[in-house]
Amino acid sequence: MTAPRHRLPPPQGLADRLLGAAASAAVLAIVGVFAWLLADLLRHGLGGLSWHFLMAPVEAAGRAGGIAPILVSTLAILAICLAAALPIGLGTAILLAELGDANSRFGRFVRRCLDILAGMPSIVFGLFGNAFFSLVLGLGFSLLAGGLTLACMVLPLFIREAEEGLRAVPQEQRLAAAALGLGRWRMLWLVVLPAAAPGLFVGLVLAVGRALAETAALLFTSGYVDRMPGSLLDSGRALSIHIYDLSMNVPGGEANAYTAALVLVALLLAINSAAAWLAGRLGRARWQVA
Amino acid sequence: MTSQTHPARPSDTATDPAPDEVSRRLRSVDTVPGSDGVLCGPGCDCSDPAAPPAVDTPPALRIRDLSCTYCAARVSGEGHVAYRAVDLDIPARRITALIGPSGCGKTSFLSSLNRLTDLIDGCRVTGRLEIDGVDILAPAHDVVALRRRVGMVFQKPNPFPLSIRRNLELPLREHGVRNRAERAARIEAVLRDVGLWREVEHRLDRSALALSGGQQQRLCIARALVLEPEIVLFDEPCSALDPLSSGVVEDLIASFRERFTVVIVTHNLAQARRIADHTAFFWLVDGAGTLVESGPTAALFDHPHHPLTRAYVDGARG
Repeated sequence: MTAPRHRLPPPQGLADRLLGAAASAAVLAIVGVFAWLLADLLRHGLGGLSWHFLMAPVEAAGRAGGIAPILVSTLAILAICLAAALPIGLGTAILLAELGDANSRFGRFVRRCLDILAGMPSIVFGLFGNAFFSLVLGLGFSLLAGGLTLACMVLPLFIREAEEGLRAVPQEQRLAAAALGLGRWRMLWLVVLPAAAPGLFVGLVLAVGRALAETAALLFTSGYVDRMPGSLLDSGRALSIHIYDLSMNVPGGEANAYTAALVLVALLLAINSAAAWLAGRLGRARWQVA
Repeated sequence: MTSQTHPARPSDTATDPAPDEVSRRLRSVDTVPGSDGVLCGPGCDCSDPAAPPAVDTPPALRIRDLSCTYCAARVSGEGHVAYRAVDLDIPARRITALIGPSGCGKTSFLSSLNRLTDLIDGCRVTGRLEIDGVDILAPAHDVVALRRRVGMVFQKPNPFPLSIRRNLELPLREHGVRNRAERAARIEAVLRDVGLWREVEHRLDRSALALSGGQQQRLCIARALVLEPEIVLFDEPCSALDPLSSGVVEDLIASFRERFTVVIVTHNLAQARRIADHTAFFWLVDGAGTLVESGPTAALFDHPHHPLTRAYVDGARG
């Protein structure tokens, strides 16, 4: 059942018309920028895109060959980032939303910290990651150091989204679960987490987007070696760093920079749609069918 | 269903008496001869648990000197007393209605009966609360077992955002019913009990949230019944429903007489009159909810002992 849609009253006077025109112009500008960006990428990048480009090693500093090692490094860094950020983030969100008093001094303090961290420039995370993971923990320039640094960076984002998702679950459902004799963890697992799944997925998608787009935090941590990484302790070049390097440091690398950027955007879109699809399926599975 | 037996009920809309009228009568309470300014203390015969007429079996719930205090830690000063010194026997396999204006501790009282008040920060319940002679307020008392014996249905229908089947399977699994066939049989039986089976048998695996409000509330009743409790608590189960659904749910609750012990909070005096065997009237005295009078419904409505009760039921009637 959907609520009836109410139309706005017709525009009256100059102010209404100006407002309408301004809003339309803003929308056009946004769509225009996106279209331009996409068209530009496609025009310059599509020509170089081929199976070979995705599967071949980097040659001549990226002017020739492909981006296979770059793709592997990127996905490895992303996987490390999510493997570290999801459990820690979910745990913190559960603590903030479920176990603690929403307005306790501790809760407010943690939230303040997260907000500050979320606004921190990524280069700062890069320096921190270099000092802590690379030097203190001795991970050096490695995929592991890069992934963990990214995890620190996306955690505040993910925690706040996940917390909102958990809080959006109506209190009545917790009461219903308690009245049936469910304990705290059973209630969380069987009722609250499934109900909060959409919010958790939004957080996940935002985290993935931010991690994939990151350049500065990785420069000092995962490094920019463009060979195929042999282990998680090897240095590896992420796609965004590859694009940066090709366009800034490698004369004649522009064409491949465009193609790599096209691949990055496609990857982002693919991961987002996969997550949305999965969220929909998971939601159906746990809420309606299972 | 028999919704035809519930045409529009004009009396239902006038649930609470006019506040001015009641408070005027309230001020005269302490001067009523014989009341000694004490509302239904142990010596008062209006709620003497030793002599509740027409109850020959031992009570399902024996409540003595039960009080509930909220001491919000962040608010300085002493706590707020939700209700104070309630003595009440809830007769077994009968329907007991709790009536009274908002904020007089009825819902807190109801939530104490399955210790859902445990979940509220700073809420403390003292006194004795006995089922079969066992004090369920003892800290060591098994709360999970208690909540299996004492089911609860809330004001707003609150099915889980799961399928209809999962809503009923979840409590069964949690309470150790491993056999799939047995679960299916109990789910069907309980859905038939609440008159929902024919409406949902072909869509058990669809979301419970797609049901109408009245259907959702009946599903919640089924969810409370599927664990086969002895006592079922209802917190204004009809107040969020339209009149037709409300009638269906009310008939359903009335049909539980003889099978379950029902305690129902209602703001709807006409409803209490229609379905309750016993009625307990709460009122706010000195800022704390107090049980003023309790007894068989007809007696309490037609011949209330206490002037407050008379004022409340009269106000609602006229």
